Amino acid sequence: MSAAQAAIPDAMHAEWTKLRTVSGTAWLLAGVVAATIAVSAAAVAATKCTTGLGCPADTTKLSLTGVYLGQAVVAILAVLAVGNEYSTGMMQVTLAAMPRRLTVLAAKAVIVGALALVAGTLAVAGSLVAGRLMLPGNGFTAAHGFAALSLGHGSTLRAACGSVLYLALIAMLGLGIATAVRDSAVAIGLSLGLLYLPPILIALTVTSPVWLHRLQRYTPMTAGLTIQDTTGLHGLPITPWAGLGVLALWAAAALLIGGLLLRVRDA
Amino acid sequence: MTPGTITPYRSAEPAGHDGFAQLLRAEWIKFRSVRGWIIGMVVALLLMLAVGLLGVQADIACTSGPHAPVKHGAACVTPVPVGPGGEPVTDNFYFVRQPLTGNGSITARVTSLTGLQQSAASSAPSISGSQHILRVVQPWSKAGIIIKQGTRQGSAYAAMMVTGGNGVRMQYDYTQDVAGMAGKASAAHPRWLRLTRSGDTITGYDSADGTQWAKVGSADLSGLPTTVQVGLFATSPTHVYLSSSFGGSSSNGVPSMATGVFDRVGVSGQHAGAWAGDAVGGRQGLVPPGAVSQGIVPQGGTEGYRQAGGTFTVAGSGDIAPVTGGPGSGVGPSGTIEQHLVGTFAGLIAVVVIATMFITAEYRRGLIRVTLAASPRRGRVLAAKAVVIGLVTFVLGLVASVISVLIGTRLSANQGIYVFPVSWLTEARVVGGTAVLLAVGAIIALAVGTILRRSAAAITAVIVGVVLTYILAMASLVPLPVAEWLLRVTPAAGFAIQQSLPKWPQVAGVYGLPDYYPLTPWAGFAVLCGYAVLAMGLAVFLLRRRDV
Repeated sequence: MSAAQAAIPDAMHAEWTKLRTVSGTAWLLAGVVAATIAVSAAAVAATKCTTGLGCPADTTKLSLTGVYLGQAVVAILAVLAVGNEYSTGMMQVTLAAMPRRLTVLAAKAVIVGALALVAGTLAVAGSLVAGRLMLPGNGFTAAHGFAALSLGHGSTLRAACGSVLYLALIAMLGLGIATAVRDSAVAIGLSLGLLYLPPILIALTVTSPVWLHRLQRYTPMTAGLTIQDTTGLHGLPITPWAGLGVLALWAAAALLIGGLLLRVRDA
Repeated sequence: MTPGTITPYRSAEPAGHDGFAQLLRAEWIKFRSVRGWIIGMVVALLLMLAVGLLGVQADIACTSGPHAPVKHGAACVTPVPVGPGGEPVTDNFYFVRQPLTGNGSITARVTSLTGLQQSAASSAPSISGSQHILRVVQPWSKAGIIIKQGTRQGSAYAAMMVTGGNGVRMQYDYTQDVAGMAGKASAAHPRWLRLTRSGDTITGYDSADGTQWAKVGSADLSGLPTTVQVGLFATSPTHVYLSSSFGGSSSNGVPSMATGVFDRVGVSGQHAGAWAGDAVGGRQGLVPPGAVSQGIVPQGGTEGYRQAGGTFTVAGSGDIAPVTGGPGSGVGPSGTIEQHLVGTFAGLIAVVVIATMFITAEYRRGLIRVTLAASPRRGRVLAAKAVVIGLVTFVLGLVASVISVLIGTRLSANQGIYVFPVSWLTEARVVGGTAVLLAVGAIIALAVGTILRRSAAAITAVIVGVVLTYILAMASLVPLPVAEWLLRVTPAAGFAIQQSLPKWPQVAGVYGLPDYYPLTPWAGFAVLCGYAVLAMGLAVFLLRRRDV
């Protein structure tokens, strides 16, 4: 086996060892799951459907509300995977051991993405179970026209899988940004600003329909989370999978910029 | 031989100052010598301006008639009448009036107040049948007597009235409201109302029988002309309701009308004697075809009056009240001054990052050991840091919010958006409050950074606690009760300091997000400060207790 062929598995092994042996990783993964499920369950618990009229129709999206918070923890995980190496000077050791910098970034992306997928799956599954158990008690019953949440429904399955992918893509976005700016604090600020600012603009300030439409279609969180919509799909500014695609483009762009800068800069 | 004592060594150098001023200076030098932080603060300022001002992207087009040319921008802003206090007001009612010169009084007995309202469920613009008209009176439908400077909208007045659900009231100059007798007016339980003018003072009385009069209140209408208009009026505000659904709640309004029946009308003083009817502010919306034949509405139109013997029937629509935000305002595309401060969030995120690094960078570099060795009183070190970061952020926030509001309101007006005027005191509270809000946010970030000692976790905690909760509440991403709860108990409650429009108890409206917060401005701000105090307390406690 030549050195080049061995590079990727070795790099992944190294990255896995680094992440595994830092105590923060386990806590953050647990945090993703706990934060997502807790907020989802709280949102479901607070929503009552008493008359059948004016009930929030999209029970799937309601049950997945926690992703709004879970993504912040995923972003920390991804940002720290790179940021911690820069803050401790470990990056120089890493790059000395593995001079192929894009290989290092790719290995990090695979490991962090896999962790985000695992945590995301648990978080989304837990949220949906909470929703399925709690929704009927709050009036979301068959009598009011609501079926129990089930992955047997195509759109619910799409929302669930899409939410897991969403969290993984958020990890890629955070990883790319952190690689580009090399500082955890700035990277997390940029990531969360990129995610959380556009919804405020959409809700409060932008009055021009053209700009509103653009913001809804092309900003990472608003577009990406359309993957959770299961009702009123015709009224969406962007189709669910296309919305997730927009987030994927943001993540790819962040990784690309991060990768390029990693390649051309000194460590 | 006596045992000798050993004198410990003391340096001959005079002890250095370790006062708070020196600490402040040290922390200020640390702050300004990191180029990244200065750049970051400038970025925060530019972000605030950019986000706040770029959001003003409206292209309002309007036309005054089917063949009139289409106008754009500032030409579309409909002027809103302004009350004696400078506040925007609604002044639409039906007025049966005559001039009164000098002192005098008007008395009337109200025997009935009924109402009509367009059905909210079928709020189609055109009304095809009377089944869409409901016979309900609004809680703030009004019929009564009024003394008014003139028929110009926004002119000074004082009025005694019966209301649909709030008893007898004396109201004057749009913002003032005094409660009189409780209960509804009916033929069996009529309400007698009286207003007397003496100079600039107008006093209101009410009575159940016309003999036992009780004073309700008195209004000082300075500058009232010698000749005023006195008479009967009726008006009924837009019925506003909230249609809420998950992922969006919208407020809507449908027109309503009130009909008051008066008798025993008497005017004393130097008056004309003949009555004239006027729809102040123009005729209003509700046109119920069945209403005329049913005798609820006088012949010849929606609003108007009918006199039969000594009995007057007056029907009117509109309101005499301060303007509120939302659909009840009827002012077209409108905005508030705080809409130009939405960039506060962008600025806050940048400020939180820098304020957190102000302490976590010391941990990362080990500088904290030097800092605490140099000044061992740890609480004071943190206090000095808080003062420095707080002041820097305050100054930056003040500059950004003053510019945002000054330029933003002009931009909005140029694009055809009516910006609700507010008093300079309110404007100062909104602008200054925004700067203090940012400063307190920075202090919270500093404290959380001290507690967690890790930048990424601390920054996320603060951004999630302040910004995410705000998004969830404001962008209708969670159901309304949850949204209001979030804006009561989380640090995001502090954004209430930016609310410029007051809630008027005497005006029915949807006082909901995003224009109105569940807490009053200062209460919301107190919640934010509470978090700051808690976080600083915990930070000082942990900083003292822990090794560095």
